[in-house]
This record gives sequence, C-alpha cells and structure tokens, in this order.
Amino acid sequence: MAAIDLAQFQATFFAESREGLDAMEAGLLALESGAANAETINTVFRAAHSMKGGAATFGFTAITDTTHLAETLLDQLRAGRRAADAAFVDALLATVDALRAMLDAAERGLDAPAGIVRATCSRLDGLLGAASAPAASAAAAPPTGGWRIHFRPRPGLYASGNDPSRLLRELDALGRARVTCDLADLPPLSALDPVEARLAWRIDLEGDIPRDAVDGVFAWVDTECDLDIAPLPAIATPAAAPPADAPETRAAGSGAIEPGEHAETSMRVAVPKIDALINLVGELVINQASLKQRASLLDAAAAESLGACLDEIERNTRDLQEAVMAVRMVPVEALFSRFPRLVRDLAARLSKKVQLQTSGEGTELDKGVIERIVDPLVHLVRNALDHGLEPPEDRLRAGKPAAGTISLSASHQGGSIVIEVTDDGRGIDRARLVAKAAERGIAVDPGASDAEIWQLVFHPGLSTAGAITDISGRGVGMDVVRRNILALGGEVAIASEPGAGTRVTVRLPLTLAILDGMSVAVDGETYVLPLGYVVESLQVRPADVNLVAARHRVLRVRGEYLPLLAMRELFGSPGAAGAQRQPVAVVVESDGRKLALEIDELVGQQQVVVKSIESNYRRVDGVSGATILGDGRVALIVDVGGLARRYARVA
Amino acid sequence: MSALRVLAVDDSPTMRQMVAFSLREAGFEVSEAEDGADALAKARQEKYSCVVADVNMPKMDGITLIRELRRLPDYRFTPLLMLTTESGGEKKLEGKAAGATGWIVKPFDPQQLVATIRKVLG
Repeated sequence: MAAIDLAQFQATFFAESREGLDAMEAGLLALESGAANAETINTVFRAAHSMKGGAATFGFTAITDTTHLAETLLDQLRAGRRAADAAFVDALLATVDALRAMLDAAERGLDAPAGIVRATCSRLDGLLGAASAPAASAAAAPPTGGWRIHFRPRPGLYASGNDPSRLLRELDALGRARVTCDLADLPPLSALDPVEARLAWRIDLEGDIPRDAVDGVFAWVDTECDLDIAPLPAIATPAAAPPADAPETRAAGSGAIEPGEHAETSMRVAVPKIDALINLVGELVINQASLKQRASLLDAAAAESLGACLDEIERNTRDLQEAVMAVRMVPVEALFSRFPRLVRDLAARLSKKVQLQTSGEGTELDKGVIERIVDPLVHLVRNALDHGLEPPEDRLRAGKPAAGTISLSASHQGGSIVIEVTDDGRGIDRARLVAKAAERGIAVDPGASDAEIWQLVFHPGLSTAGAITDISGRGVGMDVVRRNILALGGEVAIASEPGAGTRVTVRLPLTLAILDGMSVAVDGETYVLPLGYVVESLQVRPADVNLVAARHRVLRVRGEYLPLLAMRELFGSPGAAGAQRQPVAVVVESDGRKLALEIDELVGQQQVVVKSIESNYRRVDGVSGATILGDGRVALIVDVGGLARRYARVA
Repeated sequence: MSALRVLAVDDSPTMRQMVAFSLREAGFEVSEAEDGADALAKARQEKYSCVVADVNMPKMDGITLIRELRRLPDYRFTPLLMLTTESGGEKKLEGKAAGATGWIVKPFDPQQLVATIRKVLG
C-alpha cells in the first residue's frame, strides 16, 4: 500500500487547536468563577486531549508533552481528586498561553521555544507532585521455540464483534500454528444458541515469537475468554496440521477506491474565496436590475411575458445574495469570548472585583465588522473597568456589592446590530466633565442636556489628552473608539447616571458589503442615502425656510429647526442652474443629530452593493462609497454621518 | 463488490479527517460523525461494516455510543473499535464492558489503522 501522508491535515490541526485553546481558556475562567459544571471540565479536558492526539501524529513533541501533563491534571480534576484552586487555574492558563506560542512556532516550522516548554512542563510537574513518569516499561520478551495456547472464549465473545477465526489467522501470521478444535463445551443441538461462543481451541504456535506478540493478538478479548499461554514443551511433530483457516477468505474491498459521500456539517473556507463570491453576486444583482430596467422599455405585451420571468430571477438573486452574505456572518461569541480573560487579568492588576456578564453571543455579524470592532470594544471594556468601576471599598461604602458588574450584550435591532457595554460603576460626573471641558477651552452650553454633555467624552480635545486619565469615569482614546466605529458605518452613544453606572451603545451595520438605500435625484444625478439614517421626507414650503445669520438656511419641521443643506451645493452638481420649484427635503439623523437634505426628487428604495471609492480612488469628503445602478450608471453613497457631524446640531 | 463502509466518529476534526482520509485511501467508503449522538443517528439510517469511535466526545461519548449500538439488531456482531490513547487503560476496560470489539491507539499510524480495519473486517 502506498504511504498515506497526513501532513495535509496540519492546517486543520492548527485551527482546531487554537479553537480548543480558546475553549480551554473560557472553561478555566468559568471554573475559577465557580460557573463551571461537569461538562465544562470535560470540554477543557477534551480540548487538551484532542490537541495531544493531533500533535503526536505530526511529531510536535513539545506540544504532546505539555498537553499530556495538562491532560493528566485535568483528568484528576475530573475524577474529583483535585480542586480547581487558583494555583491550578493559573498554571493551566499559563499553559494555554505557552501552547499558543508552541503552535505558532510549529506552524512556522520552527522548534518550540525551549524556555517556555521547560517552564510550563516543570510548573505542571510541580502541580502533579512529581516529575511525570511516562514511557511504559518496554516488556522484555525472551524469544522461545513457540507457545502452547489454550483459548476458550466465553459465550459473549461474538457479541463484542470479535471473530475467533480472525484471532487464529493472526496467530498463524506470527508463526506456524497447529490448531485443534476443542468441542468439550459444545452443548447438544437443542440447547445450542448460535450467537454464543461454545468452541475452544488449542494452538501450538511454533517459531521465534515474542510473548508480547501473542498477547497482542488476544489483547482485545482477554476479558472475554480464558487463556492459557505456556512455552511450547518440545518441538515434537514437524508434520503439522494445515494452518488454522484459509487466510483472506473475504478480502476487504480494497482496490475499489471510491470517495463516497462524507457527511460534513461544517468546513473551513478561505475568506478571499467568500469575498470573490460576494463580489460576483453583487455584479449579478446589478445586471439583474439592469435587465429589469431594459425590459420596462419594451412594449406592453413583450414586457408582460418577460415580467414573470424577471420577477423570478429577482427573487432568486435576492435569495442567493442573502445566502452568500450569511456565509460571512459569524456569531459575536467569537468576539465576546476574549473578554473573560481580559477582564480577569485587568481586574487583578487594578485590585478590583468584577463580574463579567455576556448575552446575545449567538447574534451574527459580518466577519469583517467583527474583526474591526475588536479594538474599540476592548477599549470600552477596559475603560469601564479602569474608570467606571470603583474600588471594592468605595463600592461597599456606596451600598453596592464589592464586585462590580460589566455586561456585554449583542442584539439585532432592525438592520443593525447593537452592542452594549454597561457597568454599574460611579457614572460620569457632569460637573467635573464640564469643568474639564472649560479648562480645555471647549465651549459648553450650560443648559445643554445630559446627552449632549456625555458626547463631550468623545471630544478629541478632552479624550485624547494623555494627562487626563480619569474624567469622572472615562479615560483616554474615546475619540479614537468613536472614529473607528464611525468608519464602519456605525454609531456610538453614551448614557450615564451618577452612582448607578454608564452604558455605551454601539450600533453597527450587519454587513459592510450591502446597504439598504434610498435613491434621490439631484440635477439628474442619483445619490444613495443609507436608509438607516433616513427619518422622513417632506415637501419644502418656502414659508418653512428661514435664514440664520443671512447665510445658513434652516427648515422648520414640526416646530423644530433643522439645518437645511442643498445637496446640489454640497456636491457642486454641474447643472446647478435654477432651483427646483418643488424641492423635497429628506430628514436624516445620525448620533442624535438631525439634518435636512434638499433634493429634487425621491427615486426609490433599493439594496445597493457598496463599492469602495477609497480603495479605488481616494477618500472623498461627504461620500462613503459608490454603487452601480441598474442602468449601469454610478451613484455616490452619501456619508450622512459625516455630514451630520459637520453641519447638524444635537437634537 | 462495493466498498466496505466505515463510520469514523471523533469530535476533533483533525483526528476524524485523518482517520477518514487514511481509510478512504485504502479503498473504504467512509462516513464521518462528530459525536456519539450524530454517529448513532447515522448508524440507525444505514448499516456500517465497522465503526471507529473516539472515547471522549461531547453529547454522547464513545463508550455510550458502543453500548447503544450493540442494542441495535444490525450491530450485534459488528466490529466497533475505540480510538483511544495509551494512557486510557480503564477506558479500554469500560469500553470492552460496553461491547467494544477492540481499540486503536492514538496517535495512530495510518498503515496500522488500515491493517487493523482490514483485519476486523476479515
């Protein structure tokens, strides 16, 4: 048989092992917080166990040795012979980190970092109480002239799927076997149960055969038979009986190589492949829209006959698009799972007591969004812990439990996903925040609402100043967090109550590749407004438009004055000749800021495939991307969030 | 003659795929199951000539799987093998008590795995 090369499974092994380590880490943290049950311990044990098996196959001995020690410890824990105390959890968490390093090295074809391996193993050895003594003693087996074997199966032998004739064949393969059947236990036919093993055999096995080899043949059945094995007395009869059984009576179906169906429930796919698929589906959506538009130019009879067909294609395309997008969606669990460790370590460093609660882990989000939201979220959680939560003694004095709570939750709300970071700490001190702002020369309206004041936390002038590490609960870098979230097409808002805590709400689009848009026309050009920002649209009556400071126009909408921005001026459309007689305004809202955009007419709602302008050209102010319309023309997607930040007032 | 069908059961994708790959290379038809419950459902739908199951698995472990399989008329005498590590002495006994035919030791050598499966399938 040709050699079977398993090296191709190394990539699977690395990916699986990393997931296993994440699971180990999560399980260990649960153990420490007392939230673990028997299944948690089993999960951690299995992760170590699987990793050991794979590593041994590929010859990653450092990983095999380390996981072996970890597995032994976990097995003791599982059997109740050991408690999951702090020393235990710490050592195993350190082991998880060390194993990550060893995996990285192995993946790059490097030797395992010897220092780390030694330190980890000796720490685990220390816990085990003694240097581990592996390596089963190699059995010494002086060869003899042969063996006399009396093999008496117990009645249940067949029921274990073992076939005595196979054992006899295997013995015969070791040497020369002379087999006599022993019928002593055979009952009369009337009492014979064919599923019971009633025959016994005496085998004289000649040859220079180690005892181990004979034991090996019977290893699977030694609890299901009575077995006497003794050295063969003396070689007597050279004329032997024919071998036990004709070997190869039923040759296994080798040769017929047939892949067969392998029912796999999941598989790993490289992200670029999925992106290529999404791009292609995007093109399909555009072509389908184009087809539909052209069909509408046909005469009625032809259009009708095509219509049903086109509707079907439209439905299929939409389903296909959804299915393809779903491939990119992953549960936020992957994101949340890194926080227990982070919170634990940081809390220990700050001498604070914290309980982390997570919910909505099953909520799915585009993988690209998840990757880019990690850093902002880490920052928010870190801030909540560092600045939001009080030290235990302060909390007790305030009548709160010593351990603070930080909760992370994810949920779907409309076309967005909302992630909230909540702490039950001291909240933001409005007076201090205002004072700090004044100190930094930031104008603050004393009568401003709390919501407006909290927005100051994100003000670059306040939040990036390295010197202020504690602005009544919020720390540095919040403007960076906010910028990153905005770059994803998301929004961030903050709510706080003194003494009760702070909640930061991050709203993100489900995906970056497709957008529900409202198409609007301005001077014959089409623009797309992301639907999530659109509040309403209305006819602009001249009486409702006022000028402020003789320059800025405002529109009165139900008693509220909103900045009115002419898209024509904003984008300097070429045909910016005369104003439309009946202009329309679309009211948009972002981050609590409202703004009215003046356009010529509403065209309709549609899903558009977002194409990046930045990666194809360069960043353009006021524009977040572009899309291709059904008729093949390019439409710009308006960066409503950016406009609102520049022009709008906080609602 | 159609190829003999083997069911490979392991929650570790690496191990499961390696077992399945080795056996497919040797000409067996292989189905995969990722835990005992999954394997039991598959075995109920279709008769396999041999089952190779890991011991430690979520949902249903390999020993329970073997015990359950032995209760099915189709699997009374079928070779049911455990994939186990050398250290699992007690597990081997437990597995035998549940009706296992024998075991294959992890890490396995593909050639040996194939030889063992050929052996039990006669």
